Amino acid sequence: MEKTAHIFEYKTLALTLAGLLIMTGVTVGAAYIDLGWVNVWIALAIASIKASLVLVVFMHMKFEGRALRWSFLSTVGFLAVMIGFTFWDVAFR
Amino acid sequence: MAPSDPSGKKMGMWLFLYTEIILFGGLFVLYAVYFARYTPDFIDGAALLDRGFGIVNTVILLVSSFFVAAGITAVRKGHTRIVLAGLWGALACGAIFLVNKYVEWGHKFENGIYPGSETLVDSPGGLNLFFGLYYVITGLHGLHILIGMSLLAVCLVLVYRRKITAQQDALLENSGLYWHLVDLIWIFIFPLFYLVV
Repeated sequence: MEKTAHIFEYKTLALTLAGLLIMTGVTVGAAYIDLGWVNVWIALAIASIKASLVLVVFMHMKFEGRALRWSFLSTVGFLAVMIGFTFWDVAFR
Repeated sequence: MAPSDPSGKKMGMWLFLYTEIILFGGLFVLYAVYFARYTPDFIDGAALLDRGFGIVNTVILLVSSFFVAAGITAVRKGHTRIVLAGLWGALACGAIFLVNKYVEWGHKFENGIYPGSETLVDSPGGLNLFFGLYYVITGLHGLHILIGMSLLAVCLVLVYRRKITAQQDALLENSGLYWHLVDLIWIFIFPLFYLVV
């Protein structure tokens, strides 16, 4: 059975890199504006967008099936629980 | 000839990547708790780090991921020279990253900021924790850069030997995935250590 090759064109990859670099600039710029506790969440939000780009384009998640997508999302979900619940516990001690 | 199983190989790599995510995730749990408890100390800690190094290293890793991704596209299109260029480029980026780390850490050591140093032991608890986390997390990450570079170097040799081709690109694809994960982890490390305000 022939494997259909999943290919992102070089141009797509370059545009993705450009987007990642721009967002790096944005997150650095945001660090110079003091918004108190909001800064961390902005930084994490931008980091998550960058991570999603790397994931979907560079790591070819766009082409992957349900097994990979769901197993990846479960891992991230587990991480969220691991960090979130620990936080929750410690915050109320 | 043994039947290949590209999907299986890829899934196997992803499963391993999930364990890596949990590994670093555990360290980020520590970060999250101590950041909440010692926010002012963490802000002071971040101010002591060189943001320029952080930015340059972030750019370097993003570019390296582009090189590796371009390499995959190239191998599937049969553009062998571009595969090689991509792998050499990524390896060069990794090397520069490690040199930067060496200079950055060396500078910190000179200023008495290293695990167990008098400066850190005598400073507020939160600051000590910040740098403890900094060294462990960036150190573990640096180790992963080395591992990733080793994988890419193996791929490089195999491309030269024509063992990695458009029909047999699983090793290259999996090595690329590992490298992208290392980049992903740094994408979170950078703001959490260098951009805390």
